[in-house]
Amino acid sequence: MQIRDTTAGYGLPTRIIHWLMAAAIIGMYVLGLWMVDLNYYSPYYRTAPDIHRSVGMLLLFLLLVRFAWRLSSSRTDDSELSPIERILAKVVHWGFYPLLLALMLSGYLMSTADGRPVEVFDWFSVPALIHDKGMEKTAGEIHEFLANLTMFVVLLHTLAALKHHFFDRSRILARMWTGSFKDQ
Amino acid sequence: MKLSRASLVLIAALLSAAPASAADYVIDTDKAHASINFRIKHLGFSWLTGRFDNFNGTFAFDDAKPEASKVSVEVDTNSINSNHAERDKHLRGKDFLDTDKFPSATFESTAVKLDGDKATITGNLTLHGVTKEITIDAKRVGGGADPWGGERQGFTGTTTLPLKDFGINYNLGPASQEVELALEIEGVRQ
Repeated sequence: MQIRDTTAGYGLPTRIIHWLMAAAIIGMYVLGLWMVDLNYYSPYYRTAPDIHRSVGMLLLFLLLVRFAWRLSSSRTDDSELSPIERILAKVVHWGFYPLLLALMLSGYLMSTADGRPVEVFDWFSVPALIHDKGMEKTAGEIHEFLANLTMFVVLLHTLAALKHHFFDRSRILARMWTGSFKDQ
Repeated sequence: MKLSRASLVLIAALLSAAPASAADYVIDTDKAHASINFRIKHLGFSWLTGRFDNFNGTFAFDDAKPEASKVSVEVDTNSINSNHAERDKHLRGKDFLDTDKFPSATFESTAVKLDGDKATITGNLTLHGVTKEITIDAKRVGGGADPWGGERQGFTGTTTLPLKDFGINYNLGPASQEVELALEIEGVRQ
């Protein structure tokens, strides 16, 4: 079992975190869109935002872990990319970190604007750092914009991965799923 | 000099429009001696209260002729505050006040009727883009010289607004169709 990322492919921790976050982030987008239109008498009126906030805080933690892991990992081989593809891939891959960080922080600031902590399931609570009533309006607008932007970047990232897989017949997508050649 | 009939009418109009002794007051939002509060039933179980933090307004008031009083208020709908950030965000949104589209609500009085020490203020409220005539049950609390060389008058008032009348149709349940407003107004004479 491969733990560390190598130039040939991604280790197990990277792959697990990648797909876990991919599923959670897309799921959170759908959940977010759905929950804001819920009827007041819906049984999910309270639970859907509770889950959204809880998962969001766990994702924030996971993002930081992943960033530290990424910094300490060796880079995978990108020699088969064209120079322009290499630049775009770098921008998207590294851009995801500040984008997701800002997305999650804006959600946190929106929910904690009145000084209330964010409850993560019934597990623990994250206290408010900035108590600034009224901030929820700006934070909410930023959150919505960044969520849409994130989905746009996810789409670009997905299209690029599919292009490498089906048009370039490269292992760029496969190595995020099965790891390096040696693993098989 | 002979005045035409039209001139006489004009002069009469000017004379009657000239303020008898009604004084103009600015509502003391600057030092927060005024508040616009609302309450609405939650599920029919309790009262939820909140307020609009930012508004401004003026009124004209004459002790000798209270029925000539006039009041005009403009409320910043974005300043809604029910002491819960996520709820306030919802209240600003499309389900309720739609503050991006309707950032202010205004009230202009059209008539004041006295009934003992109580008054009924009729006027037009524009809220959520809908203008409707409403009546406010008002009472003078007190007034006169303040300790700092100025003059103030204070009033209290209530009114009830059916949310549907103002195009706010989000269903909060049968017990929560109306919102009550409690207005506490103190004005400083200009």
